[in-house]
Amino acid sequence: MRTSFGERMLDLIVSGFLWGIRILIVSVIVIGTIGTLRTGQYTSEQWIDFVVFGVAQGSIYALIALGYTMVYGILRMINFAHGDIFMTGAFGAYFIATWLTNTGFVDANPVLGLLIPILFAMGIAAAIAMLVERIAYRPLRGAPRLVPLISAIGASFFLEYAFRGFFGPGKYAYPPIKALEGSWEIFGIGILKVQIVVTIAAFIMMAILYFIVMFTKVGKAMRAVSENKDTAALMGIDVNRIIVSTFALGAAMAGAAGVLFSLVYRQIDFFMGFTPGIKAFTAAVLGGIGNIPGAMVGGLVLGVFESIGPSLFLEGLGITRPYQLKDAIAYTMLVMILLFRPSGILGERLTTKKA
Amino acid sequence: MKKENFLWNSIKTGMLGGSIALFICLIGMTEVFSKRDVIEKVITLGQFVLLATSVMTGLIASRQTSQLVGENRSLHRLTAGLVAGLMTGVVLALFVLAGDKVNIRAVFLNATPGLYNILTFEKGVSGVWVLPVISAVSGLIGAAFLLLPQAAQKPLTQATLFLFFMALFSGLFRVVLINQGTNWEKIAKYLYGQTGVTSEGALIFFFAVVIISVLWSWRGQSVKTSVAHLPKGGKLTLRLLAFAAIGYVALGLPQVSGPFIAQVIVTVALFILMGLGLNITLGFAGLLDLGFVAFYAIGAYTVGLLTSYGPFGLQHISFWAAVPIAVLVAMAAGFVLGLPVLGVRGDYLAIATLGFGEIVRLLAGSDFLAKYFGGPQGVIGIQKPCLGVLEPFVKIDVPRVCNGIELGKPQDIYYVAVAAALLIAFVAWRLRESRLGRAWMAIREDEDVAEALGVNLIQTKLLAYMLGAAMAGLGGAIFATLIGSIFASSMQLIVSINVVSLIIVGGMGSIPGVIVGAIALIGLPELLREVSEFRYLLYGMTLIIMMLSKPEGLWPSQAAKRELHHVEASTEAEL
Repeated sequence: MRTSFGERMLDLIVSGFLWGIRILIVSVIVIGTIGTLRTGQYTSEQWIDFVVFGVAQGSIYALIALGYTMVYGILRMINFAHGDIFMTGAFGAYFIATWLTNTGFVDANPVLGLLIPILFAMGIAAAIAMLVERIAYRPLRGAPRLVPLISAIGASFFLEYAFRGFFGPGKYAYPPIKALEGSWEIFGIGILKVQIVVTIAAFIMMAILYFIVMFTKVGKAMRAVSENKDTAALMGIDVNRIIVSTFALGAAMAGAAGVLFSLVYRQIDFFMGFTPGIKAFTAAVLGGIGNIPGAMVGGLVLGVFESIGPSLFLEGLGITRPYQLKDAIAYTMLVMILLFRPSGILGERLTTKKA
Repeated sequence: MKKENFLWNSIKTGMLGGSIALFICLIGMTEVFSKRDVIEKVITLGQFVLLATSVMTGLIASRQTSQLVGENRSLHRLTAGLVAGLMTGVVLALFVLAGDKVNIRAVFLNATPGLYNILTFEKGVSGVWVLPVISAVSGLIGAAFLLLPQAAQKPLTQATLFLFFMALFSGLFRVVLINQGTNWEKIAKYLYGQTGVTSEGALIFFFAVVIISVLWSWRGQSVKTSVAHLPKGGKLTLRLLAFAAIGYVALGLPQVSGPFIAQVIVTVALFILMGLGLNITLGFAGLLDLGFVAFYAIGAYTVGLLTSYGPFGLQHISFWAAVPIAVLVAMAAGFVLGLPVLGVRGDYLAIATLGFGEIVRLLAGSDFLAKYFGGPQGVIGIQKPCLGVLEPFVKIDVPRVCNGIELGKPQDIYYVAVAAALLIAFVAWRLRESRLGRAWMAIREDEDVAEALGVNLIQTKLLAYMLGAAMAGLGGAIFATLIGSIFASSMQLIVSINVVSLIIVGGMGSIPGVIVGAIALIGLPELLREVSEFRYLLYGMTLIIMMLSKPEGLWPSQAAKRELHHVEASTEAEL
């Protein structure tokens, strides 16, 4: 093939540029880390705290990321409204949780007091996701890629501002569960109970989802549809029903994540889904989009990076108040992973397939 | 296939309509809209929206019935409309009854006594039957409308829409008319009340449009043909006259409309400007850039830092000197950011650019870079543009004195924005017809084919991205001088979404479409304070509806129209 000198120069510039970014990122991480560790201003206990918080946070991201990854696996579509589905779950749970707390039910049965709002949130989120799929996505199947993405952005804004209309722009304080206050000693280190419970709950949810996808008939059908829609239809699978159940399942996970997130951060508002949504998408891409274990790994990696990042990489560079840039770390990871390894850590099964 | 009972179908449709009406009530729209009249003392905007829902429900039920039982069963169709309208009202009535027993407000903030008053026409629970009756009548009207001959439907629809439009913008028209002198003021007060049209005005508007519409359908065809048969010179004169008229209105409007509306018009002009920029990236080349706001921010901060007389000012140069620099800096940023990401696939590109936009905002607002960008306090004291000679800079917090005309008011900046928008429109128009423009469109349609045809993907995409960035930078620069200060918190993703939405509504790749889109999405909500509370909700809805029904936009480019019709034709052929 004939390529002009200018084109070759451009290619050279691009690859040089990409290498420049790689070197820059690595040197920021290395220099920052060395700088922080040399001052030694954090004790090892503080580092463990960061990691534990990161794991709790990351398991929530992972739970949301499952929805992105499953929908992408089947429809090759970024469900931009998924973060807002997460928000609807949190709101649904808030009203039940408040009511249960006020009646004294939560103090008497803390386990049920946690479980009922989670189940309720899963139901609400799944119902809303099915509605969104029916109205905004299904008629657009087979359209050029940008069309469903724009529709999804529309759905995201619609959900956010519909909830703002319903419940107002203010923040709601999520009722704390008394049994989860304080911390447990594990190997001589005090760890907040909330973080432990949230992590465990998230892992149980992920295990359930993994079980459904790998060992049930619906799960098998989902995997078949994500391999090839037409062939799956020929094998007698109702593709539409499977797509709806994928949305519902992913949304249920996001709804549960909404409750766990509210337990950690204690407040909810109509815009709370945006940032976790983008981060969970990052987690999904990080682990290889379309890949369910990948989403879990991606979530944990992102959570831990984001939690230790500001203190470990940025503070050593003399950046004041590095925690302000916590989100920037996640977004940088997003851009970098899309640039350098869009197939993710565990690899995408569908890299070459173009929808 | 089993034929469904048309009554059951109408009940279902009616309940769906009722749920939509209930949704409208619960998000607080009904109550807010009730503060405004469509026709003074007759119907408020809130009532109008609810009634319109009933009418539409009746209309849809009637249409479905005609499919179930046949076109010419008028009685069935009217019954369907009546039943559907009734059900819409019944859903709302049930809500009122439920609200009387349970405190719905504990969950839904907008289930206020005010809302119940509106729904029961201030009669309390005993008035709960009124709404279903009115709603049933509306549904019947909707069904009856469909039975009218086509020739009657069109003028009625046009007249209703026109009346609604006149009522919505009564504020604007009233102010413009009153500013024209005492005679006009009388006319204005006759036609317009405080918050809507008067009953007399409504009748005048309605019948005027009906008459014009009937006349047009009677004589319109001959007018069209006589225009088409005009000699070339005549057509050109006609077109120039039309342009001159539009130009006269566009340039004169801010002078007569008062400061508030002038501010709105400036915002619209600014968004037209940015829309034209993103139109190159998204509309021509098909690259969805959700980080558009990053370049807007870069342009704004460049002008801010270069011209500010506040503590963060670096150079204190004039606005005119700073603008080209801002555009170049934004373009360079577009190059730097675009170079790596443009290899990324379409939907990933959207997310990656979104990430960029957020990073830029977080960095600009952080304490880390506060000594350069002011952090959350922002950059203040940005010099206004000056036509004339600027006195030298004296000291911080003292603006440079302008010997000449200082463009301080929004009305003045408006002309700057319009000039910039015209320039960009010209550039975009010329580019679209160029070799580069055709390469962009080829990429938009199919990257692989375009590459096979010898289009250099990276180079071509990069140019689109950089031009879009440059124009965003220009928009940001004008924004900075308009507001006089910049804050990182105003550089939200929502700005990008605004621009993307207006392009999509107007029609991707279409230059007049951008103008229509900006007026519809930016201008209307700003003018209607009541609507502005729900603007993002409506945006979201608009994006979905546009994608479902008219992905080519309200004012599509010829090419897009051709393509879509071509696609339709080919799919039909396949069937």
